[in-house]
Amino acid sequence: MSPLGLYRPGDSLPHRLPAGFKLLLMVAAGATSVFLDHPWQGASAVLAVLGGYLLAGFGLGTVWRQVRPLVWVLGPIAVFHVVLGGWEQAAVVLGLVLSLVLLAALVTLTTRTTDMVDAVVRALGPLRVVGVNPERVGLLLALGIRSVPVVVGLAQEVRDAQRARGLTASPRAFAVPLVVRSLRHADALGDALVARGVDD
Amino acid sequence: MPVIDIERVSHTYGEGTSRRTVLRDVTVTLTEQRIGIIGANGSGKSTFVRLLNGLVVPTQGAVTVDGLDTRRHAREVRRRVGFCFTDPDAQIVMPTVAEDVAFGLRRRGLGKAEAAARVRETLEAYGLADHADHPAHLLSGGQKQLLALSSVLVTDPEVLVLDEPTTLLDLRNAAAVQRVVRGLPHQVVLVTHHLDLLDGFDRVLVFDEARLVHDGPPHAAVEHYRKLMS
Repeated sequence: MSPLGLYRPGDSLPHRLPAGFKLLLMVAAGATSVFLDHPWQGASAVLAVLGGYLLAGFGLGTVWRQVRPLVWVLGPIAVFHVVLGGWEQAAVVLGLVLSLVLLAALVTLTTRTTDMVDAVVRALGPLRVVGVNPERVGLLLALGIRSVPVVVGLAQEVRDAQRARGLTASPRAFAVPLVVRSLRHADALGDALVARGVDD
Repeated sequence: MPVIDIERVSHTYGEGTSRRTVLRDVTVTLTEQRIGIIGANGSGKSTFVRLLNGLVVPTQGAVTVDGLDTRRHAREVRRRVGFCFTDPDAQIVMPTVAEDVAFGLRRRGLGKAEAAARVRETLEAYGLADHADHPAHLLSGGQKQLLALSSVLVTDPEVLVLDEPTTLLDLRNAAAVQRVVRGLPHQVVLVTHHLDLLDGFDRVLVFDEARLVHDGPPHAAVEHYRKLMS
């Protein structure tokens, strides 16, 4: 089971909704989220997204797997806002971040990447006249999604190597090889894309 | 079988003091169905096979596939010559198995239904049908390499170039990849350090220090290689 928000096949309502609609919904949710200013609104947003998970047939385990990587970020954000603006502001911000992240994960969990790419390519079609290549943007989106587990895997390998050499407390010993390996991976991926005809 | 002509090819990376010649004056014509490439690390064999589908354009000389120059007809050459890399993770482009196999087809303008049928057929042929909707990163090493192979083969190339496809695999997975490669009707050019993979090959080229130093049947080529390494 993937710990990350990658597509999981199904036949639920969220699965059946068109990819373009789901992406639009996500954009609309992001745009309107700036107007949230009461804790109950933040809580409602989170509950609404959790309803989406239920509809899609995903349990709390799946929800937790989407949130878990954020815990380290959410904690400091909460403390920051409690100190500066009080618990109400912290609750609004946390609700906003959580609901948006969970919504984005729900979209990727219920939508094939190719459907998302097709929707983006269609939506960007009119921008061809100003030189935008929609297929390139779609490919970028697909590669972005595909790269998440790859970079996570590289980070795990680097951390294991770090532990094996007793360098657990060195951020530099973690960051440098991770960046180098990520760049090397990007280089190899570039070659593979050319070999598969992307540059033609 | 397609005819691959490598004519007085040399290739150099870098400039100035970091200039390094990785291939020197290689001339060879490949017409056999099974061609093996062996040599020490850094001997030039990977650069050599990258020439065959235009991933590397030689600094001197020319490479043609059925008369098409890789310098001027890169697109047509790449359609004829599929390439499979050592690390499958670096060549899987899409998040799920079926999407990755469909990737090349969609880029060639095949309709959704036709692409889906070809993908289904290919995944069944290579034992990946049960994994169609699985995230590619969760497959085993052997399955990932089979996926990488499937993604190339679904586009129906005439030549398949494999650059050390079993180097990162255990014996079982290497055997699975070997079985698939053996059963292919395509012209296959295989770079490998696993010398037993070359059993039954028609011809094996040995590279050493940027030069083609031996060209012959597998047994004699492997003998030559062993002597070089001893």
